[in-house]
Formats: sequence, C-alpha cells, structure tokens
Amino acid sequence: MTESVQAMPLTLRARVEARLKTRHAQEMRFRTYGRVAIFVALAFLAVLLGRVISQGYSTFIDYQMTVPVFVDPARVDKTDISGTNFDLLIADQMLVRLGVKDDDYGSKSDKVMDLISNDLGFQILARVKADPSLIGKTVKISGPVKSDGALYFKGEMKRSTPQEERKLDNQQLGWLDKMQATGLVKGGFNTGFFTRSDSTEPEQAGVLGAVVGSAMMLVVTALLAVPIGVMAATYLEEFAPKNRWTDIIEVNINNLAAVPSIVYGLLGLAVFINWLHVPRSSPLLGGLVLALMALPTVIIATRSALRAVPPSIREAALGVGASRTQTVFHHVLPLAMPGVMTGAILSLAHALGETAPLLMIGMISFVPGVPESFTSSATVLPVQVFIWENASERGFHERTAGAIMVLLVFMIVMNLAAIIVRRRFERRW
Amino acid sequence: MLTWVALLALALFSGATFFAARRKALVVAGGRAANMHSLPGYYGSFVALWVGVPAALILLMAALFGSRVEEAVLRASPPAAVQAMDAEAQTVFFDDARARVHGGQASQTVYQGQLAKDLKATSAKSRSVSQTIGYGALASASLVALAGLLVAYPKIRPDFRARNRVETWIAALFILCSVTAILTTLGIVASLVWESWRFFQSVSPIDFLFGLEWNPQIAMRADQFGSKGAFGAVPLFAGTFLVMMIAMLVAAPIGLYSAIYLSEYASPWTRAVVKPMLEILAGVPTVVYGFFAALTVGPIFRSFFNWLGSFMIGGPFDALGMYLAQVQNQMALVAGAVMGIMLIPFVSSLSDDIINAVPQTLRDGSLAMGATRSETVKQVVLPAALPGIMAALLLAVSRAVGETMIVTMAAGLQAKTTLNPLDTVTTVTVQIVTLLTGDQEFDSPKTLSAFGLGLTLFAVTLTLNVIALRIVQKYREQYD
Repeated sequence: MTESVQAMPLTLRARVEARLKTRHAQEMRFRTYGRVAIFVALAFLAVLLGRVISQGYSTFIDYQMTVPVFVDPARVDKTDISGTNFDLLIADQMLVRLGVKDDDYGSKSDKVMDLISNDLGFQILARVKADPSLIGKTVKISGPVKSDGALYFKGEMKRSTPQEERKLDNQQLGWLDKMQATGLVKGGFNTGFFTRSDSTEPEQAGVLGAVVGSAMMLVVTALLAVPIGVMAATYLEEFAPKNRWTDIIEVNINNLAAVPSIVYGLLGLAVFINWLHVPRSSPLLGGLVLALMALPTVIIATRSALRAVPPSIREAALGVGASRTQTVFHHVLPLAMPGVMTGAILSLAHALGETAPLLMIGMISFVPGVPESFTSSATVLPVQVFIWENASERGFHERTAGAIMVLLVFMIVMNLAAIIVRRRFERRW
Repeated sequence: MLTWVALLALALFSGATFFAARRKALVVAGGRAANMHSLPGYYGSFVALWVGVPAALILLMAALFGSRVEEAVLRASPPAAVQAMDAEAQTVFFDDARARVHGGQASQTVYQGQLAKDLKATSAKSRSVSQTIGYGALASASLVALAGLLVAYPKIRPDFRARNRVETWIAALFILCSVTAILTTLGIVASLVWESWRFFQSVSPIDFLFGLEWNPQIAMRADQFGSKGAFGAVPLFAGTFLVMMIAMLVAAPIGLYSAIYLSEYASPWTRAVVKPMLEILAGVPTVVYGFFAALTVGPIFRSFFNWLGSFMIGGPFDALGMYLAQVQNQMALVAGAVMGIMLIPFVSSLSDDIINAVPQTLRDGSLAMGATRSETVKQVVLPAALPGIMAALLLAVSRAVGETMIVTMAAGLQAKTTLNPLDTVTTVTVQIVTLLTGDQEFDSPKTLSAFGLGLTLFAVTLTLNVIALRIVQKYREQYD
C-alpha cells in the first residue's frame, strides 16, 4: 500500500492537543450557555417591566375638560334637583360652543355625551344641591374627558382605523380636535388617578382607595406578624431547650413558609370569617390572613439575624451578671435589630404584593371609596390590578398597568428601605 | 368600640400601677435599690402585668367570641314560628335579627305577621344578651384587675424575686408566640379537613380523586335540571401537572445555568449586578406576572401560532394548520412559560446557595488535575450538589403547583384532561379561586369542593416540601 493511505500514528502530544481543542470548545460552549441563561432571565425582566411601563405610562397623562355651564332655570326643577339631566345640559351647551346644530332627535347631543365624563354632571349636581342659588348662574367646572376620547388624545385610538372598528366616529373625533384647539380640553398630569377610588367609568377610576386599603392592611399585618414573629424566633433561638417539641416547631415553621398562599385564604375563610365572624373583605381580615402568611418568613429572618450575633456578646453579658432575659433584651436583640428589620420589611413587601388569599376572603368586591375603618369593605392594590385586568373597557387596560406601576413603586421603596437599613446598620464581627 | 375604650383604660390603669409599685419598691428598700433583690422597675412590671394581662385577656375573649355566644344563646330557644323553618332560613332569620342590633347587611327577606313580631323579640333579646356579655366582661375584667393588684402589690418586699417572676411572664409570652406557628398549621389542617369531610359526605373521595369529569355548576334550586354537578378532579390534576411541567422546562435550565455561571464563572462585579436584578424578578408580585401573561405573552403566542397555522393550511399538515389557526389566548403554554419566568430566580438563588456550599477544595483538586472549569462543574461540583439541586427543583415544583394568579389570569376555566400545551386547561388553584370568589352560600358541595381541592393541594405541596427539606438537611450535614 502507498504511504498516503497508511494512517500516521499520532504522537501523544498531537492527540492531547486535538482533544484539548474540543475540550476548550466545550468549555466555551458551557460558558456561553450560562451567559445565555442569564441574558434570557434579564431580558424577561426588561420585557416585563418595559411592557408594564409602555402600557401604563399613559395613565398618568390626563385630559381635563374645563367648561362654564349655565345652570338653565328652565331645565332645573328647584324642587327636584337630582331629577335634572345635567349630562344633557352640559352636552347641549357644548354643542352650541362647537357650533353644531342638533337635530330634532337629539342624536348629536347623545354623541357629545359620549365624550364627556358623567363626573362633570355629578359635580354640577353636587354644587347646585349644596347651593340652589346657583340656578340661573354660570358654573365653571372641570372634569376628565370620557375614556374613549382620552384614548384618542393619547393616540391609542387612531383616525386611520376604519370608523366601524372604533368606538368614536369621525364626527366625534372632529369635535374632540376642536375642543382641544379651542382650549376646552387640556392635557396634564393625572392627579385624579391618585385622588379617586375605583369606579365603573375608566376615566374616573383611581387607586386612592386601594392604596389606603393596602396601607391599612399592611399596618395590621405588621402589628401582628413582626412582634409575634420576633418573639417566637427569640424564644426558639435564645431560650428554647433543644428537644422534640422545639424540633417540631422548627420543622413546622419551615413547612409553613412553603405552604401555597391560597391555602391561607382558605384558612381565613373557614376560621376567620365562618368561625370568628371577622367582617368580610375588611383590612382587618386581610391583615390577619397575611400576618399568618408572613409569620414564618419573619421568624426565619429573625433567627438568622440572631444567629449572626456572636456568642461572645452573650457570654460577656452573662459574665457580668445579667440574666438570660436581660442579655437578650439589652444586648442580643438590639444588635440583631438591623437584620430583623430587613427581614420584616421584605416579608411585608411580599405581603403587599399578595393577591390570591385576598380573593378568597372577599376583597374582590367593588369598593368605590376609601375604606372608613379597619372593619369596613376595602380593596388593595394587587386586587385592584386583578379587577381592572378583568374589566372589558379598553380604558381600564392602561389603568391596570398604571396601578401595577404604583404597586411596583411601593415594592421598590420597601426593598430600598430594607437595603438601606442593612447597609446603614450592618455590622461585621 | 367599648372594648377599645376598656382596653385603653386598662392600659392606663396598669401603667399607673407600674409607677406606684416601683415607688413602693424604692420606699421599702429605704431609697437604696441595692437592698432589693431586683431592680425597682421589675417590681413595677410585676404588679402591672398582674393587673393588666388577665383583665385584657377577658376583654379580648369577649370581643372575639361574644358574638358566637350571643348567636348560640339566641338559637338555643328559637320562637315557634322560626323553629318550623328550615335550617337555612333560620340562619337568615337570626342574622337579620342580629343585623338590626349591630348594624350590618340585612337580607332582602320580608317578614310578616308572627315572624315580624318574632324578629323584633329576637333582636331585643340579641341586644340584651350582647349587653350582658359586654358589661359582664367589663365587670369581670375590672374585678380581675383589682384582684391582681391586691394580690401582687403586698408582695413587694426586699426579698421578693420580682425579676424572676417577670422573666417567667416574658418566657410564657414568647412560648405563646412560637406556638402560634403550630396553631396556624393546626388551623389550616383542621379547617381543610373539616370542610373537606363535609364535602366528602356528598361526593365520595374516590369519585373526587379519580373522576374524569369536573363540572361543579350546581343549579340554585334542587329541582332544576342538572342540579347535580360532577366533581372528578382528574382534569384539574392534569392541567396543574401540564402547567407545572412547562414551567419547570423553562425555569430549570435557565435557573440552573445562571446559578452555575454566577457561582463558578462570573466576576464579583457581574455577581453584584446580576443577583439584585434576579431578586427584582423574584420580588415582582404574581398578579403582575398574570397581567403580563394575559395581555402580552398570550396575544403574542396566539398570533404566532395562528400565523404558523395559516402557512400549513392546504398543505400536508392541513389539519394541524387548521388547529393552530384557531388557538386561543388562554393556553397552558402561556401560563406555564410565564410561571417558568417567575420561578427562574427561585431556582437560581436556591441552586446558587447549594453550589456555593460545595467545598472549594473539591474544585481545587479537580482543577489541579487538569480538568477545565466546565469539566470540574459537570463532573465534580454538580454531582456533589445534585441532591441539593433536586431539592431546589422540588421546592420550585411545589411553588408552581400552588401558584394561583398567573394561571387564574392566563390559563382558563375549561376542565380538560389533556397534555396538549396549546389547549386551554384549568388548574386546582384556578378552580379554588373561581369556586370561592363572589358570594356563595357556604353549604353547597360546590363551595365545599374548593376545600377538597385545597386539602389535596396542601397535602401535595407539604409532601414535596418535607422531602425537599429532608434532602437539603441531609446534604448540608455532609460538608459541615
């Protein structure tokens, strides 16, 4: 046979080098997988936040309509003010201002009414009711443009879409343009979103009720979960003898931390509502349920904070004659406090974002105002998000994302607080 | 209201006794605290505790259970006309009677004739009973507080070991707090088991666990057509399993690879940047993920599959194309994928901890033998960390099974036994939410079935957690 066919025996060095090449290629591949995984995870985060912001930023822009309204004595019955159709009154005067003549059927005023939020009508009603002398005078009021009109101003409803496929026809869009041109309608920051509560009309819906509800619920949770959790952890870590009982408690706490949150909702329903008669959908009830849910995490965080305090501190205190309780109260707990607070804030932040158990205990009901007390009906931010997400009106979509942004801001503030506490008071031993 | 005022007064009174007792301790000691066994403040606390705590407990008990006792008293002797009504109407009657006294939502029921009179009489009785309970609690609390003062105050003597007594109180309080955790578990188990037991009275557990049809809709009246629902939970288990599998297929590789990269390759700087970002992902509330799934991922997936299907129609895969062209927003794939994203930081941070727990000496040994980093990871670190990683994945599975909001918003309500990820499925948690939201009467099998599902869910997640925690514990001991 010729030499060319005969395989040259590879030297060991060449073999190793060839193998090394594939091994290094493998190494590179493996490293790339890791990079890709992290990139994908971060990309998800970016897309998630990006979507929320891109869908929600327009919530914070609002188009306000400011109109002087002549409270026509011919149309307002002094004896029955509530019976007046103020919406129609505003619409008719708006038509005049737009220079449009209505037909006999009033079809054009109906179309104008589609552009004006009934909030304006309520405002006049309230003012005339409070002061009947306004009848015959001109009242200047301002309120939001109805949701569909606002969507047009925000560019979410486009003229280019065929007329049949949008809620407003070309004539109505023309009127809206004219209103904006004449300064009847002005865009600005949406303060109403923060000063109003839930409503059936998207343009009048705000998060105030939900924010207050969340705050009240969180107060209950904090007042229950943090002291009980800290005391339980202190007992287990500092006082408890190591025996069967404390082992059971410990295993129990670890398992409780992993129980699905919805199960706490079932517990709340069966125990707090049906057995203890705590009022349904109240901040008190929500706070109780979330406190039970947050308890294990507070305990676990506190225990690790206590464990981080070196034994020499305890020994020194005991050495100069302090009792065990004094040691814990005067030395160990104060030193562990930053860790405890960090853990507590983080578990409260988690409780703030929790939705599922609250659905079980009736927090999903429509609450149009700010909760008056801890036992009255309330809704909370995440549930408000859920309710709005289910609403069919287009205008609620942006509000859903807007409410999420508010919720995320609260979460970020709480997490930052935790980080600051940790940084500020952290101590290295 | 009365309770709050009473509690406030009690707090003030007990605070006052604290100062009085501390003063007395100083006086008894002749002005030198060193003559006493304990610091003066302990004597103050000792008396204040005896005055405040038992009385406060009485007040709280009355506030918590007063209404139950009141109801029981009213129900013990119902008027004759009420006795003739069925159980449900009786409940409504008593609730209405009590609503007239305490305020609250009365039902729409109109009572006439004898019943109207009975209602009036019952509410009068309810008022008197609740007043008796309220004032009785107030009186006994005051008596107990005074008794506490009379018992504790004379004990202040130099040789009295007040500090030890106070510390016993504190220890008792601490033990009580740690028992709360046990009580929570007992509460969960008891409520789930009790309500499920009531459910299993009407539906046999075998039918529930192995039945193939889930249709809990029950007509409002017993004589209506289709008044019996079907409570076979297999379709729900299948849906839960499907969503969980999809979620794990997303979360496990991405989470694991990022954990490996972060712990083995990444520079400290990268770690410092990436870890907090992943923590943000972990901190996002689940309702936000649900929103993302329902309004972003769902439509994208649907239009993708519809577009894919439109190419196949008319070709060799015509049937598949027709199917794809009709895929809806709500599919298992969407819920599973988004849930997977949610679980990435969970898997990655748990695995990161576990990989970091593998001793550096093992890595050094492997590297010194000439292995590349990836070979070290694959052949040394991962096998050593494997049990821990399995445990982390089990915990993630338990999370996925119990996750509610994403599936509620993105998976759908149709109970189907299918493994097709493009189909709309429903899960155990979704059904619990649907069955229990809104106002339902609490006695129908429909509502109670939610507790049956809850019990199953609790049992499954508990088992997974126990196994996972066992593995982690065992594994940790290996290197400690």
